Amino acid sequence: MAKRNQEPLVHITKRGTLPWFVSWGIRACTIVLAMVFCGIITILVTGENPMNIYATIFNGSFGTPRRVWVLLQNIAILLCVSLAVTPAFRMRFWNIGGEGQMLAGCLASAACMICLRNIMPNWAVITCMVVSSLLAGAVWGGIPALFKAKWNTNETLFTLMMNYIATQLVAYFIIIWEVPKGSGAIGIINQSSQIGWLPMIGSYKYLLNVIIVAVLTVLMYIYLNYSKHGYEISVVGESERTARYVGIKVDRVIIRTMLLSGALCGLAGVLLVGGTDHTMTTTITGGRGFTAVMVSWLAKFNPIWMILTSFLLVFLQRGAGEISTQFGLNQSFSDILTGIILFFIIGCEFFITYKINFRHVGRKGGVPHV
Amino acid sequence: MDNKPAAVEMRNITKRFGSVLANDRVNLTIRRGEILALLGENGSGKTTLMNMLSGIYYPDEGEILIDGRPAVIRSPRDAFDLGIGMIHQHFKLVDVLTAAENIVLGMPGRLDLRKATEKIRAICDAYGFDVNPKQKIYDMSVSQKQTVEIVKVLYRGADILILDEPTAVLTPQETDKLFAVLRSMRDDGKAIVIITHKMNEVESLSDRVAVLRQGAYVGEVMTAETTAQDMTNMMVGHAVTLNINRPEPVNPHPRLEVKGLTVRNEDGILKLDDVSFIANSGEILGIAGISGSGQKELLESIAGLQSTEKGSISYIQDDGTREELLGKDPLSIQDMGVALSFVPEDRLGMGLVGSMNLADNMMLRSFRAGHSIFTDRKSPYKVAEHVVRDLSVNTPSIGTPVRRLSGGNVQKVLVGREITTAPSVLLTAYAVRGLDINSSYTIYDLINRQKEAGVAVVYVGEDLDVLVELADRILVLCGGKVSGIVDGRRTDKRELGLMMTRIGGADNG
Repeated sequence: MAKRNQEPLVHITKRGTLPWFVSWGIRACTIVLAMVFCGIITILVTGENPMNIYATIFNGSFGTPRRVWVLLQNIAILLCVSLAVTPAFRMRFWNIGGEGQMLAGCLASAACMICLRNIMPNWAVITCMVVSSLLAGAVWGGIPALFKAKWNTNETLFTLMMNYIATQLVAYFIIIWEVPKGSGAIGIINQSSQIGWLPMIGSYKYLLNVIIVAVLTVLMYIYLNYSKHGYEISVVGESERTARYVGIKVDRVIIRTMLLSGALCGLAGVLLVGGTDHTMTTTITGGRGFTAVMVSWLAKFNPIWMILTSFLLVFLQRGAGEISTQFGLNQSFSDILTGIILFFIIGCEFFITYKINFRHVGRKGGVPHV
Repeated sequence: MDNKPAAVEMRNITKRFGSVLANDRVNLTIRRGEILALLGENGSGKTTLMNMLSGIYYPDEGEILIDGRPAVIRSPRDAFDLGIGMIHQHFKLVDVLTAAENIVLGMPGRLDLRKATEKIRAICDAYGFDVNPKQKIYDMSVSQKQTVEIVKVLYRGADILILDEPTAVLTPQETDKLFAVLRSMRDDGKAIVIITHKMNEVESLSDRVAVLRQGAYVGEVMTAETTAQDMTNMMVGHAVTLNINRPEPVNPHPRLEVKGLTVRNEDGILKLDDVSFIANSGEILGIAGISGSGQKELLESIAGLQSTEKGSISYIQDDGTREELLGKDPLSIQDMGVALSFVPEDRLGMGLVGSMNLADNMMLRSFRAGHSIFTDRKSPYKVAEHVVRDLSVNTPSIGTPVRRLSGGNVQKVLVGREITTAPSVLLTAYAVRGLDINSSYTIYDLINRQKEAGVAVVYVGEDLDVLVELADRILVLCGGKVSGIVDGRRTDKRELGLMMTRIGGADNG
């Protein structure tokens, strides 16, 4: 017979639910595989010993107590933004404006620190910072939600555009507040008086941030999984028609959820300006608004898992920075390694959901009929 | 009859989806010059089996022989090359293209529409199809679309045809026409498989019947040598009774009065035109009509989900006071104390949330109860257990997402939830669509129990045999207008069929 007549080389079938230890086993193997693959790439491209590279990556996060604190601080901010965008994502509202909402919060905080420092006591300035930042973030998130609810505009584009507006606004105010004149930067705000700086707990500069975000994680988990609001968000996300059918006011849920989402991004802004950086630049957010999307997705929108995924991303980022300084490698090389690892992690979900069947050798009907 | 040549032999076919065994070593023979009816309850694996024949799925085990030679069907294209064509339940046509364009879509070679049109005409003449090749799909009725699907597979040279529930959307007259065509194709030597749940169709059309149960092949019989009762017993695995009860309404009084209801859809097209009727308590009001005649808009208007142009919908309390439902949303209707339950047509897209489990779906109606900001998880769980027990829902657990359940069980979950709220009005749209006979009877029984409890039931149905047996009165819609309201005990499906296509039926139309 001229025609090829054999079963396909591979065919893909859906798996049933795997027991948790198998699926986590697959994930662990994936990470090991990713490391091995990265090692091979490293040897081929740079000639460095991959073990040294890995050791350096590890050192970048855990080398000194200070590095551990920086790691924790970075996780806290990233996790905060990730928690903020998660309710919107559960609602299938693709808020990629975490960046802009965070910047709005930063701007509000900086404004309070600069404009209120001579007329109010420290505690009042901090209160104003928190309130105004939450509001600023909420407004920044609420505007796209309002348009989505009323006129069904595309939230992805809208939130993205709001990012640029926020960046430009920040740039504008940096020029107004610049110190010294002509420098194009604000510098450290209130360096001597430390007005508007979030208080330290003991001698740990970052502990307050870490505690706030830890509490927020638990609250968010409870809110999403056990509250009536959280239930409404899930229903709206799954099917707006079902939501209307049971009398959920979809418009109201969209706006309410985005106000919350924006406000929490604003909170991340306070933690950043008031808690750690004490300054403001147009790039202060460091792309966390976008990285948060990945943190949230990788954790399947589960706040508790997000602790792990945000750790992973920050760990890789810190390690990457360390490699580039230690080995004099280009920063891009560490980005390549991060990319490879993420690709493996995301790809492994495919193998957890599906099974690949290879052609059975010598199976009846499987042998070519010539 | 066994001497007819086998077109397809499926041997020991097994297909798994995850841990679910959809087909378990199924053997099936399809012969030329014969119409085979494939019977089985929901989730018994009929469609899966046929999808493996048409190249949509690939079997995990087993082999397929076409005309006695082993064949491997990796894709729909392979299936076409082997002369297998399947007409799916949901049509796969491009709305903005003409019939001819849809038919040649994806064909290899140079596009010559004129030649194609001639060939289409020839096919239509041969089998008596009524298709205008130049007509756009969006201008077509459901039955015309289906005809285009059939011509499409014939055009591609299919001589093994598979039809998945082809009559679900047709009027009795259209069904008769389709069957005439299928018979002439059979006499032409083609092999035909029809999947259906309607026993009268199996009896009138098929030559042979093959039965699947829970993914396994039960056996086959010649249609002439069996009865609807026997086939049902084979399908279900035990004896069932095939009579629909119709208890006399007890003390009916008006519960819902609709007056002059007019609805336009988003495009400004008139969907309901001056519709008036009264639904009584303790009575089943059947609604018949070709699909898309305004049934959906009517029910959604009552449930507060559809914006209306004019008219009124009054809910009449036991003491005679009236509440206007028009212009209210579902939440305010509920807050007014009107116990309205609605089983919508689109179960997973509207009535339930597919990815949520049974308990969470039970919560949809009740999650607002109480002042706490947290949801009460315990009582929905109990309600779910209750529904599973009372309606014998077949589910691995209460924690299973409803999407994983079969159609009949999904419907039981939905109906179960809607009646646990002790409604005074129950609206149902195509409550048994796609359900096997056993589940259907469970649903009829549930609806009857509601009727006996004094609920005003509005039952939108498509199977006229069932409407005639179940409903006390039947309102017939035709193009958004009320074509007439008849007594269910005195009418027959011929009369209803005529009223569905012409206002007032044959005599005064």
